[in-house]
Amino acid sequence: MNLATLLASDLPYWAQSLLRVLGGLVAVLLPAGTVVYLFLFKMMSFMQSRLGPMEAGPQGSMQLFAEVGKWLQKEDIYPARADKFIFKLAPLIVLASTFLLVVVVPFGPDALFTDFESGVFYALAVSSVSVLGILIAGWASANKYSLLGGLRAAGQLIAYELPMVLAVVGVVIQAGTMNLQQIVVAQNAGSMFGFSSLGNPYVLTQFVGFIVFMIAVQAELTQTPFDMPIAESELVSGYMTEYSGFRFLIFFIGEFATAGVFSMIASVLFLGGWAVPFSWFGWTSIDSIDNWMNVVGPLILFTKMLAVVFFIMWVRFSYPRFREDQLQKFAWKVLIPVSLANIMVTAILKVAF
Amino acid sequence: MSLLGDRQQLAYIAAQAADARVNVELETEGMTLNIGPQHPATHGTLRIIARLDGEQVLWADPSCGYMHRGYEKLTEVRSYPQVTALVNRIDWLGSFANEVPFILAAEKLMGVEAPSRAQHIRTILFELSRIANVTLFLGDLGVQLGAVTPVFFAFRDREYVLNLIEGATGGRFHPNFDRIGGLKDDLPAGFIDETRNVMKKLRGFCDQIEDLLFGNEIFQSRTRGIGVIPKDVALQYGMSGANLRASGVDWDLRRDQKLPLAYDKVDWKVITHPDGDSFARCWVRLQEVRESTRIVDQLLDTIPAGPIMAKVPKIIKVPEGEAWVSTENPLGEMGYYVVSQGDMGPFRVKIRSASFNNISITPWLLKGVYVPDIITILASLYFILGDIDR
Repeated sequence: MNLATLLASDLPYWAQSLLRVLGGLVAVLLPAGTVVYLFLFKMMSFMQSRLGPMEAGPQGSMQLFAEVGKWLQKEDIYPARADKFIFKLAPLIVLASTFLLVVVVPFGPDALFTDFESGVFYALAVSSVSVLGILIAGWASANKYSLLGGLRAAGQLIAYELPMVLAVVGVVIQAGTMNLQQIVVAQNAGSMFGFSSLGNPYVLTQFVGFIVFMIAVQAELTQTPFDMPIAESELVSGYMTEYSGFRFLIFFIGEFATAGVFSMIASVLFLGGWAVPFSWFGWTSIDSIDNWMNVVGPLILFTKMLAVVFFIMWVRFSYPRFREDQLQKFAWKVLIPVSLANIMVTAILKVAF
Repeated sequence: MSLLGDRQQLAYIAAQAADARVNVELETEGMTLNIGPQHPATHGTLRIIARLDGEQVLWADPSCGYMHRGYEKLTEVRSYPQVTALVNRIDWLGSFANEVPFILAAEKLMGVEAPSRAQHIRTILFELSRIANVTLFLGDLGVQLGAVTPVFFAFRDREYVLNLIEGATGGRFHPNFDRIGGLKDDLPAGFIDETRNVMKKLRGFCDQIEDLLFGNEIFQSRTRGIGVIPKDVALQYGMSGANLRASGVDWDLRRDQKLPLAYDKVDWKVITHPDGDSFARCWVRLQEVRESTRIVDQLLDTIPAGPIMAKVPKIIKVPEGEAWVSTENPLGEMGYYVVSQGDMGPFRVKIRSASFNNISITPWLLKGVYVPDIITILASLYFILGDIDR
């Protein structure tokens, strides 16, 4: 019995809610943990010709638990002049934005938290909630480095919100819907030039949009080359400078969980999401999909997510960082015109075909 | 001077005009940012006091002395052979290079010259410490600009050089190997072959860094045209070493002065760059590592047989007199002015270290740049804290 059939049956409201919360925790924390261990610990070490953590568990696989244990034990420190309430609130807001994001991601034909008609719109809206958390973290720390980091983050995230939205518009035009589940269906039930065995993953037809989207995601996640808000060689740790222990852990989880969730959204929008091309199994619509896809679907999505995160992390480990003004120039002078042109071309082709 | 740009001049005028209210139009207040003494970017305890308008620097002032250890005074209560153990610690990344000018100054006063084999080995070790030093700079450069990977390559390949130095001298960081009249020991067996291998690896490392960092568009946009030092300004501030050569001044003490070292016996060239910006400084250093590996390779071929110690008395007393010897160290010109009154130890030693002069240009250079550029410029000027404070 899988999650979706459980939810569909007549469970009481509290049990359904509990299941949803547990599902949300798994959907946020599992990718975060995997990304940290697989990419931050192991892939990074491999690229830098070292071993990475090796002691905790086989191949250091328990290292993350050790780290979490360490952070939990640490003293909860806050600066004397900090605005205490806001200071404590900030990491939670950042993490909350991640949880809000995962709500609309479809994991299978029935395995989804909510079926929003305007899912794309919602996802792009709540992803900017984290800016608020970062900004108040920077302000409430009463630290000049944090302040600079917070303001840089605000400028950067607002600048990159726009190309991200514009890049997704191309997908929305092509799919004709803002419902993420429908976008998955449109990709896998569709065909390219009458050739239907691959479906129509939008990474092929919307590759410009995909590249712009990934660059914007990189900036939204404040990963190198767009990591000026943290910039450890300039601003010590940016808006996180004064955070330690549990609160730092929340920022840390938030960073990698958001990377995971954004990659899921990228896979849903551009790589076909949880589904395989429908023609492989002779499905015609979403209703005719076999029930086992509710179990296999999340795994497929997870695999695609890891592939996308791999590229994010690859860039992160090899590139130096931009300067703040260069970053703004890049967003406004390159990415936005490119994505606008992409929308124009998509719209024209949509009408033409 | 047109390279300076209006931005720097305007920022200078603004700073002069109003101290607290820096932006007259918006009536915003400036912010004084202390970069250091404890800061991840300064790899040591240098403090930069920067007055900011937003992210733009109005003026910046380096404040040093947080790590002053009083070596000049300490040398007065040490005997000559003991001093090398102290001066090792001035520029701790290229420590053997610190010993050489002091020993040469003492030899000059005593009228002793090291045998030819000792001169060769000195030069080899001198260049090895340059390689060990600048290799770390090339990796650290990446970290300062936000790329995390190059520094691990740098540490990996620098380890080979440190192993060589350790094999020859017994000390990885602080060899304390140079003696008045020669060297402590001869080279160990197998050193020459091993060094050839390592030099090959180091050239590979240079190629790798060139691919990974110098060819990167982001790296270039972060360093080109940032922190431009024109020729005349560089000379006025007494800069030396790669910083000066990157400003287009063809000046290298290894070539320009006659010292009992083996540089005149090998074929090598002085690298200069006309631009004077941060990229030029980094590029010159990268090329100099390549050039150093060539020098070492050639010296290994021509190393003569013979003693490694000249005839010097067991108890060293340096005759009365004064001597100044400076060499081209990894960071720039390093010199010792030794005053002797005929005792076991020097009467007074003045140490001229390169980093102090190199960073003295920062107040001029940092006007009008952005906060990230402070880090780029400081990284490209390349100082070692021990070399500033002594």
